[in-house]
Amino acid sequence: MLSRTAENLYWTGRYMERAENLSRLLDVSFRAALLPAADANPAADWQSALDILGITDAYKAKHGGINQDSVIVFLTLDTSHPYSIKSCIDQSRENARTLRATLSVELWESLNTTWLEMKNISRQSLLERGPRSVFDWVKERSHLFRGVAYSTLLHNDAFHFLRLGTHLERADNTSRLLQAKDRSLGALPPEGGTAYYQWGAVLRSVSAFRAYTQIYRDVIEPVRVAELLILKAEMPRSLRFCFDQITNALDALSQGRDLECRRLAGEMQAKLRYSRIEHLESQGVGDFLSVILNRLNGLGVQIGRDFLMTV
Amino acid sequence: MDAFDEMRGPKGMVAAAYQAIAEWLYATPPDLLDDKRREAEILFRRIGITFNVYGEDAGAERLIPFDIIPRALGPSEWAKLSKGLEQRVRALDAFLSDIYHEQEILKAGKIPVGKVLNNDLYRPEMQGIEVPGGVYVQVAGIDVVRTDPDHFFVLEDNLRTPSGVSYMLEDRAVMMRLFPDLFAKAKVAPIDHYPHELLRTLRSVAPAHAGGDPVVALLTPGPYNSAYFEHAFLAEEMGIELVEGQDLFVQDDAVFMRTTMGPKRVDVIYRRLDDEFIDPLAFHPDSMLGVPGLLSVYRKGGVTLANALGTGVADDKSVYPYVPEMVRFYLGEEPILQNVPTWLLERPDDLAYALDHLSELVVKETQGSGGYGMLVGPKASKQEIEDFRAKIKANPQGYIAQPTLALSTCPTFTDEGIAPRHVDLRPFILHGKHSISIVPGGLTRVALRKGSLVVNSSQGGGTKDTWILEE
Repeated sequence: MLSRTAENLYWTGRYMERAENLSRLLDVSFRAALLPAADANPAADWQSALDILGITDAYKAKHGGINQDSVIVFLTLDTSHPYSIKSCIDQSRENARTLRATLSVELWESLNTTWLEMKNISRQSLLERGPRSVFDWVKERSHLFRGVAYSTLLHNDAFHFLRLGTHLERADNTSRLLQAKDRSLGALPPEGGTAYYQWGAVLRSVSAFRAYTQIYRDVIEPVRVAELLILKAEMPRSLRFCFDQITNALDALSQGRDLECRRLAGEMQAKLRYSRIEHLESQGVGDFLSVILNRLNGLGVQIGRDFLMTV
Repeated sequence: MDAFDEMRGPKGMVAAAYQAIAEWLYATPPDLLDDKRREAEILFRRIGITFNVYGEDAGAERLIPFDIIPRALGPSEWAKLSKGLEQRVRALDAFLSDIYHEQEILKAGKIPVGKVLNNDLYRPEMQGIEVPGGVYVQVAGIDVVRTDPDHFFVLEDNLRTPSGVSYMLEDRAVMMRLFPDLFAKAKVAPIDHYPHELLRTLRSVAPAHAGGDPVVALLTPGPYNSAYFEHAFLAEEMGIELVEGQDLFVQDDAVFMRTTMGPKRVDVIYRRLDDEFIDPLAFHPDSMLGVPGLLSVYRKGGVTLANALGTGVADDKSVYPYVPEMVRFYLGEEPILQNVPTWLLERPDDLAYALDHLSELVVKETQGSGGYGMLVGPKASKQEIEDFRAKIKANPQGYIAQPTLALSTCPTFTDEGIAPRHVDLRPFILHGKHSISIVPGGLTRVALRKGSLVVNSSQGGGTKDTWILEE
């Protein structure tokens, strides 16, 4: 496969996943901001969303103070920066535009339709229709994208590069979300509705609320949430799941070559596979996630070296 | 000017080829046609068949209007037309081979030497070079028009990087989806195999070293090119890589693609990039589109370019008047298809005539394309004519003039209902090492504005599905 094609596939997958993650992040912030006033600090919830993405300064330069509608519009429709849902969908489609010969017709049409419909969403329609219905729509389009990819693309290099981008992005997002919530919610008293509601919102935002209750059959405890989202192989948005997917894709792509990126990914996968949450907790979950984020970055760079700059 | 209508014919009788279409138009309520027209537009937009218009925002995407009423040709009309096209392409290819080798036609005085050798599109780099398979023009798009039931005229030859074939294919696909019943009634020859024929043609002209399984790639200028959709479409249909200049590099007299598994050698490049952009070392040093060193590999026979370099000299509008002579000279045959009478404005007599009759003539730039830089006398304002007169006087050899032909019309869906509109036709001719093949069809372009004779998509033209009916 052409290196440029591989790169475009990787970013098509990454940006679509990022669009989905942004709507999940907005959704959890929205839920958190709905708490009764005595317990809530909506500005802090929205601030935290901007912090997770590292774009608080860009936001403040444009809008000044934190305001729910402004943050929602900024992270959904504002294409003056790369971290809005619309920017991500633009980028995903722009990368896919050069892949017309590689993608299935259905996959291109699905992505192109998402892009066309996104163009029709205005500030007014976003706020009037209710932002959460837009976030749900983005999630659905992203699910559709993956489903169509899964069932119409040849499961060859194209599929694997798409999958690689998707799961690197997802691992990155899950790490950031968990790290931020660990920091902001860690101090809450475990008993009482607020902690339950906040961690519940985190779980719901990664479609894990029901999974949690099924696996643990217990009240929501931060350490179990961390376990579920870091170590559980069967949880599709956990780091472990993402790394199983990443190593699997890299195995298929390296075709017997001994590549550094495969070694890096394998090392991380082993760590996720053989760690216990008690151990990570004593080390500090936040620190562990910092290491993961760092490594993810390095892995992305190494994938570029091994596949995209081969000559 | 009373134009020949292809459906109604000169006597107002529905032509045999249009029988099914006429019945369908008669039986279908206008509202339903309008619904279908809208549906077609949604389909085209969803597939993403758009083109970029030069001069608008970079990346601005527009749909080429699609007219849902097909254009039809009967079996005998097509038989004659396709024979004529094949003959013309043989002669043009022989001409290219000749002028880049012995130049017999120039020695025989059939074409003025300067017309060829001083032409900007003549490539001295190609002199004496053997091209793989001996073929210069693997893909030709020849624009033809009709003026009456019996005559096709060639308007121009496109021998460099002719485009439009994706519209031919997608128009058919959309038409079959919208009106399956119609296809059940009419025996329309299939055209879906065009990409397959194209790939076969390209593989047939691979260099000898490639062996039985040559690697073919399509070289595009990139997503901002007006025909990018078509490049992607064809690469996809043929299952070959769609490459940009940055994906290729030259090493040891060979061309390679950069792949995730390392370098991979390319044998045939179907390039949709103009001559002067293929190699920055040889032509524009600042162009990022081409591949440094490609020309040198090509000249040594390490890779095939399709079409060959330097084919533009044969489709230049100032060489066009000599094509019938090429047919006689190389093939010893009389041309089956006629040229439109053409005045070369570099000739003082022709110039004087043209300047006196600008309001009746069509004037074109010899090296222009896409309907840019052209004057349609009968439709032009006084001011436009005067402006053009000044341009011609300043550079007479840059222009040719032709009579304004009464292009045939076809029924077309318009704001005022179904009405006749002028059409042309671009069939695509594939020339491989051993054979010439023409998929039965072509791109019909229609001037959607009432009375307009300009069919180019950049000038408000649309397209129609083109039916060649089987016996």
